[in-house]
Parts: sequence; C-alpha cells; structure tokens
Amino acid sequence: MEHYAALIVVAPFITALFAGLFVWIEERLSYPIVLAGLAVSVYSAIQVLIQVMAVGTLQYKFAGWPPPIGIEYRIDLLNAMVLCLVSGIAFLNLIASYRSVQQEISDRTGSYFTVYNLFVTGLLGVTITGDLFNLYVLIEITSLTSYAQIALGDKDRGPLASLNYIFIGVIGASFYLLGVGYLYMYTGSLNMADVAVLIKGSQGSSTVLTAFILCILGIWIKMALFPFHVWLPNAYTYSPVIFSRVVAPLMTKVMVYVMIRLMITVFGYDYIFNTLHLSEAVVWLATLAILAGGVMALAQKNLKKMLTYIIVCEIGYMVGGAWMGNQLGMTGAILHILNDALMTFALFLAVGNMVYRIEKVDITDLKGLFGKMPWTMGGFVLAALSIIGVPPTCGFFSKWYLILGAMEKGAYHFVAALVISSLICAVLFFKVFEICFFESGSHGHEHSSHGPVAIEEAPVSMLIISGLVSLSLIVAGVYSGTIVNTIILPFLK
Amino acid sequence: METIISIKPLLAVLVSLLVIPMLVSSSDKPNVRESWTFMAGIIKFLIVVSMLPVILSGKQIALTLFKIAPGADIAFRVDALGMLFALVASSLYIITSMYSIGYMRGLNEHGQTRFVSFFALAISATIGAAFSANLLTLYLFYEVLSLATYPLVTHHQDANSRISGRKYLIFILGTSIGLVLPAMIYCYHATGTLEFAAGGIFSGQLSKPSATVLLLMFVFGFAKAGIMPVHSWLPAAMVAPTPVSALLHAVAVVKVGAFSIVRVITGIFGVDFLLSFHLGAVVAAIASVTILVSSCIALTQDEFKRRLAYSTIGQLSYIILGVALLSPKGMTGGMLHIAMHAFGKITLFFCAGAIFVATGKKYISQMVGIGKRMPLTMIAFLIGSMSIIGLPPTGGFISKWYLVLGTLEGDQMIMLFVLLSSSLLNAAYFMPIFYKAFFCTKEESMFEDKIEEAPMMCVVPLLITALISFALFFFPQPFLDLAQLAVKGFIGG
Repeated sequence: MEHYAALIVVAPFITALFAGLFVWIEERLSYPIVLAGLAVSVYSAIQVLIQVMAVGTLQYKFAGWPPPIGIEYRIDLLNAMVLCLVSGIAFLNLIASYRSVQQEISDRTGSYFTVYNLFVTGLLGVTITGDLFNLYVLIEITSLTSYAQIALGDKDRGPLASLNYIFIGVIGASFYLLGVGYLYMYTGSLNMADVAVLIKGSQGSSTVLTAFILCILGIWIKMALFPFHVWLPNAYTYSPVIFSRVVAPLMTKVMVYVMIRLMITVFGYDYIFNTLHLSEAVVWLATLAILAGGVMALAQKNLKKMLTYIIVCEIGYMVGGAWMGNQLGMTGAILHILNDALMTFALFLAVGNMVYRIEKVDITDLKGLFGKMPWTMGGFVLAALSIIGVPPTCGFFSKWYLILGAMEKGAYHFVAALVISSLICAVLFFKVFEICFFESGSHGHEHSSHGPVAIEEAPVSMLIISGLVSLSLIVAGVYSGTIVNTIILPFLK
Repeated sequence: METIISIKPLLAVLVSLLVIPMLVSSSDKPNVRESWTFMAGIIKFLIVVSMLPVILSGKQIALTLFKIAPGADIAFRVDALGMLFALVASSLYIITSMYSIGYMRGLNEHGQTRFVSFFALAISATIGAAFSANLLTLYLFYEVLSLATYPLVTHHQDANSRISGRKYLIFILGTSIGLVLPAMIYCYHATGTLEFAAGGIFSGQLSKPSATVLLLMFVFGFAKAGIMPVHSWLPAAMVAPTPVSALLHAVAVVKVGAFSIVRVITGIFGVDFLLSFHLGAVVAAIASVTILVSSCIALTQDEFKRRLAYSTIGQLSYIILGVALLSPKGMTGGMLHIAMHAFGKITLFFCAGAIFVATGKKYISQMVGIGKRMPLTMIAFLIGSMSIIGLPPTGGFISKWYLVLGTLEGDQMIMLFVLLSSSLLNAAYFMPIFYKAFFCTKEESMFEDKIEEAPMMCVVPLLITALISFALFFFPQPFLDLAQLAVKGFIGG
C-alpha cells in the first residue's frame, strides 16, 4: 500500500482527536484509541522501512500536489529508521506507562493521552517531512504539546520548568524560522530537495550563510546542545513519568536528525566542510558539551536530573560525530541516534518503575533497591553499562565509530572527551549502584540485616517493557554491524 | 593452518550463561541449584576437552558470531594458547564449585544464589576471553568479566567491601576504558583489523615511540594482570569470599589479564616486530620490577590471603616476563606458568579458606601449630607452595625450568638473576608458615592437639588440586604440548 507513509503520521493524529472527543463520552476509551493509533503508526513505519530498503527513497505527495508547491514527504533510509524508532518507543512507552499515568495524572487521563499523541504526531512529522516550513510547524507542535505535558508534572517545579522551556524554545524556533525565511528569500522555495538544488553553486552568498547559521543555531537550541541546554534538565526532571520517558529518548534525537538532514540534504557536505570550514570549531564545541554534561551530571543529587545531564553529554557525541566531516564520524552519529534513544529509553523506563514504587528518586532514596526491585535494577544496570560503553551493549559500538572518525580526522581532543565521559559515567552509575547495593533500605537497623528483603516490584506491564528494551540494547549492539551495513552506509553513499 | 568451523566454542561459553536462569529459579533449593552448577561445569569442561585432540593435531577451531566491521567481528578462534587457558579455567571451575559449597555453607553466607550466578557468568566470560579470535572480542569478554566479578568481590556488602569494590573498579574499569579502549581503536584505525595474527597486524605503520606508547597502554591497561603500579586492586579484592579469591583472583580474572597481554604481544604486535624495536626488553623490565617488589611486599604481610595476593602479583609477572623474553623456551615457560601457577595457587587459597572455615583465623601469626590440627590441609599447602617456589617434584618446577632456559637462550643474565632471587623470596614467605605449623613447642602452639579439619567439601578440593600440582611434574604433557604448539604458531608461523 502506498499510503503507509501518510498513515505513519495521520493515524496518531486522528486518534488523538478522537481520544479528545471521547473524554466527554467515555473517558476510558481514550487509551485504547490512542494505543491503536500508535500501533498503526508502528506497523506503517516498519512497512515503509522495508519498502525503502527494497526500492530506495520514497516520495509521497500530499493530496497529489506536486512539489515544490505541495507538501512532500520524502523518506530515505535515515528517516525511515528514525520513524520506526519514534513510533516504536512512543508505542511501547504508552503500554509501559499506563499505570503511572493512572497514578500521577488520574484526574485527566483522557486529555493527557490526546496531548501525548499530538506530541508523537509532531515528532513523526518532523522526521518524515521534506518541507522546510512544514518542519517548523511540526517542531512547534511538538514543543507546544511538550510545554503542556511538562506543566502537568511536579506540582511545584513543573510549571516553572515549562515556562523556562517556552522562553528558550520560542527563541530557538524563531531562529530556525528566520533562517528558513532567508532561504525562501534566496531561492523562493521551501522544499528541501528543491532548495538544495537552487543554492548549489552559491557558496559565497551571505544570504545562504545567514540562513545556514540561523537554522543550525535554532536547531541547536532545540536539541539542547551545550551551552543552550539550560532548559532541558528541569523540564525533563519535573515532568510526569510517561512524558519524561518519551521526550528524553526522542526529542533531542529527532533534533539531531533534523540537523543531519539540514547538513546532508539541504546545505550539503561540500558547503559546510569545504567552504565554511566549520568542522574544527563545532567539534571543539561538542567536546566541551561532552565534558560539561558529564561534570554537571556528577554534581546532581537527583537520579532523574543526573540522567538529563547525561543526555546533554550524549548530544555532544552526536554533534561531534556529525561535524567530524568524515564518513566514520557521521556513521557513529547516526548509529548513536538509534543507540542513544534505546538506552535513554531503557534508563527512563527503569527510573519510571522506581518512581512508581518509591516516588522520590534522590540518589539517597535508592537504598537497598537491588533487593527491593531486582528486575528493574537489572534493566537499569544494563542501560547504564550501555551508556558507559561496555560491549556488547550498543553504546560501545557507536562510541567505536565516533572514536574511529575522530582518529581519522586527528581530533584527539574529541577522543579524549569520549573516553573521559565514559569514565565519568562509570563513576556516576557506580555511585548509584553502591547506594542501591550496600546501603540497606530498611530503617532502624544499624547494620544491614542480610535477610531476604521483601520484593516490591513495579507492575508487570512496566517490568516487561523495561526488561525487553534493556535486552534490546545487547541485540542492537551485536547487530550494529548489520545496521551500519544495511541502513547507514547505503544512506551515506 | 587448517581451520575447522564448529559451534563448540560458543557452546562452551554459553553453557554456564544459560544455566543462570536455572540457578535463580532454584534459589530456595540449594542442592538442586548446586547440581545445576556442577552439571554446567562438567558439560563445559567436556566440551573444552572434546576440542583438545583437534587443537593438538595442529588445527584451529573458529566461529564467527556477529559481523561488526571488517577485521573486527565478534568471533571465536580456538588455538593452542586459548585451549591451554580454557582447560585450566574450566577444570578448576568444577573443583572450585565443590569448594564453594563447603565454604559458603560452612560459614552460612548470605546471597548464595547471587554468588553462584555471578560465578557462572564470570567463568563464561573467562572461557569467552580464552577463545576470542580478535582484540575486540577479547575486550568484550574482559569487560564482562570485570563487571561480573564486582558483586563477587563485594559479596559481604559491608563498608570494607565497598571500599575494596571501589578500588577494584577504579583500577580495572578505569584502565580498560582509559587505556585499552583508545589503544585498541587506534590499532584498528592504523591497520583496519584487530584479528590476532602470528606475525602481528602492523606492517610499518608504527614508529618506535608510538609503538612503545601503545604497548605500554596495553600492558598497564589490562590491569587484571597486576603489573605494578596497577596491582593494588588485587590485595584489596581479598575481602571477597575465598572461592572467589581462589578461582578468580588466582586463576580466571588475573590470568585473563596476563593472557590478554600475551595475546597483544604475540597476536597484535608480533614477536618479530617487538624484537626489531627491542620492545620485549621494556616489558620484561617492568615485569621484573613487579616480581621483585611484590615478593618483598609479600614477606611483610601477616594476613594470609594478602600474602597470597602479593605472591600472585609476582607470579603473574612471570608469565609476562617469559613471553616478553620473546625466545621459544621463555615463551613456553611463560605460557606453561599460566597452568602451573593456577593449580599451585588455587591450592594455597583453598587452604587459607579451609583454615578460616575451621578456625576463623585469617592471620599467619595466629597459625602457629595449625599443622597438628589440620595436617591434610597443611600438607597440601606444602605441595602448593613448593609448586609456586618451583621445587621438584611439582608442576611449578617445569614452568620455571623453561623460564630459566629462556633467559639463558637470550643471554639475559639479569632476568635469570630476577627469577632465581624471586624463587628464594617465594621460599622465604611460604616456608615459615609451613615450618611453624608443624614444628613448634607445645607452649607456642595455639591449637589443641586434636585433628579437626574443615568440612569435607573444603578439604577434598584442596587435596585434588595439590595432587594435580604434584602429578603435573610427571605428566605435564597436555599443557606442555599446548604451550609448545602455541609458541611454534607464534614464532614459526
């Protein structure tokens, strides 16, 4: 069926509207509707990926209007992969987080699910679209729905975090929009492929240069690249569990995707690396981001917040890899989109399970957790090892490509940053493990009584997904060669 | 060289991995659990042994699991050296499992299921490391082993084990991520392969300074080998229950370190390459210092297991020294020492544990007259220590004999001096223990004149290993043949 491409986005969108409608009729039905929408989306995304792998880039013209006038979806291997990732994670998270929505936002579940699906629609749209202005609109949809969801979180801190995010998010979006304006001024087109053709050969143009800088800056702000990261930690920490579980793995990764799309498809390798010579400076910035993210994570007392700083650090990995200016670096960056999404998802799933049981996740609240929640902790440990970069988890393999890319370019500062951040992450996580392992959760006993601790695990629905995603880190790791050879390298050629 | 594709190496690794769910599910039935452990151990051993004739006939067994990148797959290749190590580790695993039962139940330890499960994981990783076809796979299993050992080292979950665990991680994980990882990726960057090859993988890509740096990064990076100054995790790790110290910190973990260095010397750099740059001497010098210094420190230790730990540090460097001599006899001796030291040292650890179980004594100064109380244990101790010192008729004599021949072969009089003086030091720190155990006056003796050994499950294993140490003097064939075969492969091939 050729309309799979449209279905990916349309299914969650329509079901979001219906779910909203059912809030007045029968609120309990909102959940299955939303879930069904995402299921269709996942299925379509997989179908599209299979198609793209078989026949190459797909073009889908909305309502039959030909580009550059009509809106065009253009799906190649890269966004087919990201689409699967986004819809898959959103779908799994909806199952895994059902119970925690009941616990946290019990008074307005129906409306919440509507917003949730709109958010996912936005992310999917950003990934699938081939139109620069469309991209802006969809980024704004994701952002607006994010603001709403964050504000539903922590009663005291959530609204403020959301407000902060709005201010900075709007600035970022404006930068991007301005950049698109300049491009439109120069080319008269908004279709990515069309723009790419029209700006070819205009290397010296200051309009294109301005457009480029504005667009990239806007996207960097949206993806929270250091030093534009200040909105991210609070926004992700104080949002409800279900939202932090989906936004942490996806939002920044989709923005990295957008950056790579702009670099490769719109402005072109040649322009960025041979005309502007920006590689050096940006790789240094990424190096700083990695180190700063790691050091700030060390200072955190709250587990969730610590993880958000690790995201800041991981963004540095991907930006550095993408701007390395060679194939290995770009391979590492793209592979890391996949791997980082999976491992961040696994981490936040585990943290969500903890929140479900013990509510507060300051690091000192985690005492005795290995005994209390062994399965959750098992998943958490696997995800943490992946972040540290221990083989055979997937985190190791993207690091492998990133370091190779950096060595090829001679960017040894970036290599050092990657190694140091691995070590910092090891310190971070083992600090947590020590508390969970050595300190007894039961109060009143001076010495840890070595008797069996009562197991108080999260609900099975949460555990299964969390366990599966953690195991998938190993699967993604050992099959990383296959992923690189069938998706990433053919895309880069 | 003829290569046979077979699934056996994978099975040997998987057996103890697959048994873990069984162990966990039978956690409330200790006898069932232990029989699972034995079954897995025996099957593993049989699989390893079944490959022995093929290897002895000069062939190799290979299996590629996952394709990661050209020249760096996750793959197994069983050669003579790997076989030698796997044979040692898998046979001693069975004996140690038996000993664990006596020890853990004798002391009524907590968390026994966790203990046996991680033990199984550790031995799985050890066999994986032994059978690795390339540096990437070796690194993978090396890391898995580091992490699987952590909960074993910190088994007691008290303040002391927390500090030791931290030290363990800083040294083991810190060096492997900080030194080995970048060095490994650099090798891949320079040559495009990580496959162990008889003549090394470099052909003119390295200058002498960078080769030196790279070699040192590996030698210190594989900190499990306990080269000074990255040795101090080993004495600290002695807080672990004795079966862990026995199998892991006398055989599996530490030997994986030494084994990895041997692999890098023979398979990555290659003997000829190191000879042409005179780099063997650098490694040999570092190892010699470690041998002498650690033996001197061992003299000063009163805690039995710590003295054994320092002795292990010295003996590990024998392996490194032997291989770094880069002469056929020296390398044979070094590789043979993997086996000979293993059987001797595990006996000594078993003795230390048996004494602790039977009397609660940990310090050598409290063991005056213990021979009257535990004669069997102390006679086994005598045989074990003779093997470590290198006295006939024990297996240790054979490996030291070859090591001495190796120094003569290369005309390395300083190394000869190191070996001989170290043997004297070994005698100086072991013999007084034995002497005081039996030859003391009634007044000096701290024990009653009544034979009271540790539980049978503790005594039988140590008698077996002592007997094997003794028997290896007369029948060193399988190990000697394997070592000679390995050397022929590395030098002749």
